[in-house]
Amino acid sequence: MIKYLLLLFIALQPSLVLAQSVSTDGWYLSPGVIGTLVLVAIVLVVVILIIIARLNSYVTLLNERRKMRQRLEFSEELTQLEDEELDAILENRKKALKYKLKGAELSGSAEASDAKGLIKQITNEPDNPLADEKTRSMDKLEISSQLKQLIIFYLGAAVFWLVFGTLVGQYLGMKFVWPEMDSISWLSFGRLRPVHTNAVFWGWASLAMLGLGYFVVARTSNTQIYNYKWGWYAFALINLAVFAGTLTLMAGINNGGAEYREYIWPVMLLFALGLIINFWNFYKTIANRKVADIYVSNWYILGSMIWTLVLAVIGYLPFYQNGLGETVIQGYYMHQGVGMWFMTFTLGLIYYYLPSALNKPIYSYSLGVLAFWTQMLFYTMIGTHHFVFSPLPWWLQTVAIVFSAGMFIPVVAGTTNFLMTMKGSFYKISKSYVLPFFLVGVVFYFVGSTQGSFQAFRFTNYIWHFTDFNVAHSHMTMYGIITFILWACVYAILPKITGKEPPQLLVGAHFWLAFIGLFAYMISLMAGGTLKGLSWVEGLPFIESVIMMKQYWVSRAIGGSLMFISHLLFAYNFYSMVSQKAVKSVKPASKIIHA
Amino acid sequence: MLNFHKDHRSLVWTAFLGFLILSVGIAVLPAYQSQSNTEPLSTMEPMTDAELNGLDIFIEEGCVACHTQQVRSIEMDKTWGDRPSIPSDYYYSKQRLGLWRQSPSVLGSERTGPDLTNVGLRQSSSDWHLLHLYNPRIVVEESIMPSYPWLFEEKTQSAEGDIVLSVPVAFKKKDVEIVATSEAMDLVAYLQSLKQAPLTTKPEFIPSNRNKPLEVQMVEGDALPDGKNLYTNTCSACHQTSGKGLPGAFPSLAGSSIVNDKDPDMLVRIILQGYDARPEFAQMPGFADQLNDAEIAAIANHERTSWGNNAPKITEEQVQKIREMVNSEMQ
Repeated sequence: MIKYLLLLFIALQPSLVLAQSVSTDGWYLSPGVIGTLVLVAIVLVVVILIIIARLNSYVTLLNERRKMRQRLEFSEELTQLEDEELDAILENRKKALKYKLKGAELSGSAEASDAKGLIKQITNEPDNPLADEKTRSMDKLEISSQLKQLIIFYLGAAVFWLVFGTLVGQYLGMKFVWPEMDSISWLSFGRLRPVHTNAVFWGWASLAMLGLGYFVVARTSNTQIYNYKWGWYAFALINLAVFAGTLTLMAGINNGGAEYREYIWPVMLLFALGLIINFWNFYKTIANRKVADIYVSNWYILGSMIWTLVLAVIGYLPFYQNGLGETVIQGYYMHQGVGMWFMTFTLGLIYYYLPSALNKPIYSYSLGVLAFWTQMLFYTMIGTHHFVFSPLPWWLQTVAIVFSAGMFIPVVAGTTNFLMTMKGSFYKISKSYVLPFFLVGVVFYFVGSTQGSFQAFRFTNYIWHFTDFNVAHSHMTMYGIITFILWACVYAILPKITGKEPPQLLVGAHFWLAFIGLFAYMISLMAGGTLKGLSWVEGLPFIESVIMMKQYWVSRAIGGSLMFISHLLFAYNFYSMVSQKAVKSVKPASKIIHA
Repeated sequence: MLNFHKDHRSLVWTAFLGFLILSVGIAVLPAYQSQSNTEPLSTMEPMTDAELNGLDIFIEEGCVACHTQQVRSIEMDKTWGDRPSIPSDYYYSKQRLGLWRQSPSVLGSERTGPDLTNVGLRQSSSDWHLLHLYNPRIVVEESIMPSYPWLFEEKTQSAEGDIVLSVPVAFKKKDVEIVATSEAMDLVAYLQSLKQAPLTTKPEFIPSNRNKPLEVQMVEGDALPDGKNLYTNTCSACHQTSGKGLPGAFPSLAGSSIVNDKDPDMLVRIILQGYDARPEFAQMPGFADQLNDAEIAAIANHERTSWGNNAPKITEEQVQKIREMVNSEMQ
């Protein structure tokens, strides 16, 4: 079913995109163009149908072969059994069929005991009206103390930058309401804004991803990390980059004000070095893997790291960046920064942590592979959609818009894969503190990405561009997708490696505050942004849109406060998961069962 | 050959090369092309040192976070310029800022504040800019722009040659004078330099799809544009929407004898040529190049009939005559 919807979408894509144009040139309405598009679309659909049919029959064939082989193996096994063995099996079966309950199994005066240690917790209030009792974390995993420490430090630093970065963000949000809060140059809006974005990008999300990545890479390769020392060097370099970057930005030293590359190149070089070291460490670990296949998570992780290095080099090299050359690169850089680094890496994390949290395999491995390559193809081309109607070449804008629509393919593939993996386990959501984070993250992956593609269409861009809608979109994605998924992964893995669980009530509070806060934030800026755009189209004086936005900025600040409070709770939860003193412990497993 | 599932080397190389090729094609080459194929317009002049310093401060303070500098090719952006921006417009302003910093990203992505493409034309008064930078709420009550007091000095006694701000009473601190630093002056020089260079064959705006009849709002059947909107866009920054001006900086129009004069000659002349006759107020720039006769008539009528003012309305033709007279006097 989803396949067909996807096909329908691909077929409709050119008309959907271009129909949104506000141009009255009308060239695309000429029958020739439409006819050609339809014809090309038909060819495309047919080709895709053929490919799917071929793939389908090939997969069926493989399945048949496998089943046949299993059947052969089973019958061989049967014929090789000795008579005594057969008798024993039949005897057992007879006994089992005769067995009847006595009706008194659960009563009696014998004292209760838990000889095998199956009971983990006893509660006296099974029907707590406030919060459902959540399932405890799986048994503790034994991992090397070196890896454990590395992960905890990466995540710990990430938590610090999250709290710091969002504190700055919250302060900035309040400045929209009270512009005279302070008159200190180091705290002024223009200087602090990049401090907020860069701290949550390169500090929080990047460090958290890398820390979680260390576990995935080692685990799925079934081997030790190649070099722990390198991990620590990279840790120091990245933190130093964010620290130095924050200071230079506040002092007014920035790289020309280009979004997300505000750090001047010596600072970004520190980050890039950290990234190179980590890339090489991950690569060597995967090269030394003890399993034949490279798990799909590692595709995403290695891909995102190598792509980000290319991106940083292209973004900072000066040879083509005078005049509008800089703007072309800016569109490319700011979009790929999000798409190739945060989104790709995070997808890699989901491919490991989601199935592992559900204790079952990913729904479709090949869909993951398809999403990987289409992510590279489509995401790379769409940077210029940040500059629709700008003086950049029209063809560049059109390519960006068409490929933005193409983004539906990796997005639908990914979302389908995650939701189908979760299918059958949705009942677990109310009993888990990890799954709600995953579900919200995955749903936002679909909603945020699709909404982004829609926003690139010329008509929607016409209304929303330059308004606060952009800010809503970036929070929907960087927060709704990336941050929620990272939280899910942290809550999924930390209790398993430290043996300490966070207080469930506080995890719940964290979740709901963050979610409601984000929603208030998003909705207020979306509504306000739309009204702002419409007032501009109407040709009303600019200041009226500022006056009109005030109430929306107030509710944004309220939403932001909820989000910030939730980060404080998260920081506490993190502390309780890693602190030596915390009491709630997870029973160590006798052996490692799941990977 | 390429078994990505088992061969990490070919997986990473393919991902690397694939992305590199796409990136070069979609970003590096178009960027290089744009850089090497752009020449400045003949009507543009290179930036002065003061303007370049001003651009430096503009970037340092992160003004680009809220102010765009691009007139898009759509009708709603007509407010910000006569024509859509073209690559040549950025020839002088977007050059690499030395060893540490790249070419400034002035196009911007957010319009929390107004677009600045043509701000030098819209707001040509340096007095206004200085007050606005010192505290935006002095001149625009509803503004949420930050103040930049660190671009100014507080002096008990201003020295010879100091540029002293005429701060309205309500915002005045006791016993100090506010003096603009050279940074503030450079920043203002940069802002004043922001004007679209004239172009003989203008690229056109893509018209909006809205119903045309609604677009030009006629006021009570006379053929003039909406004077209130024009006043808000052009005049209210100094004279305020209330028409009361700011004591100590900008004179009040409510109850003004010039505005209420039955003969509109003086009023229209001031709008056309500017005014600097009263030392207690800032200097007013002329709007002859920026507003046409109909727009001036509409603004004058709005002023003559609002805030308790009561003077007869004037027509486009009257403005035209006064403009001709002014032009002949100038020659």
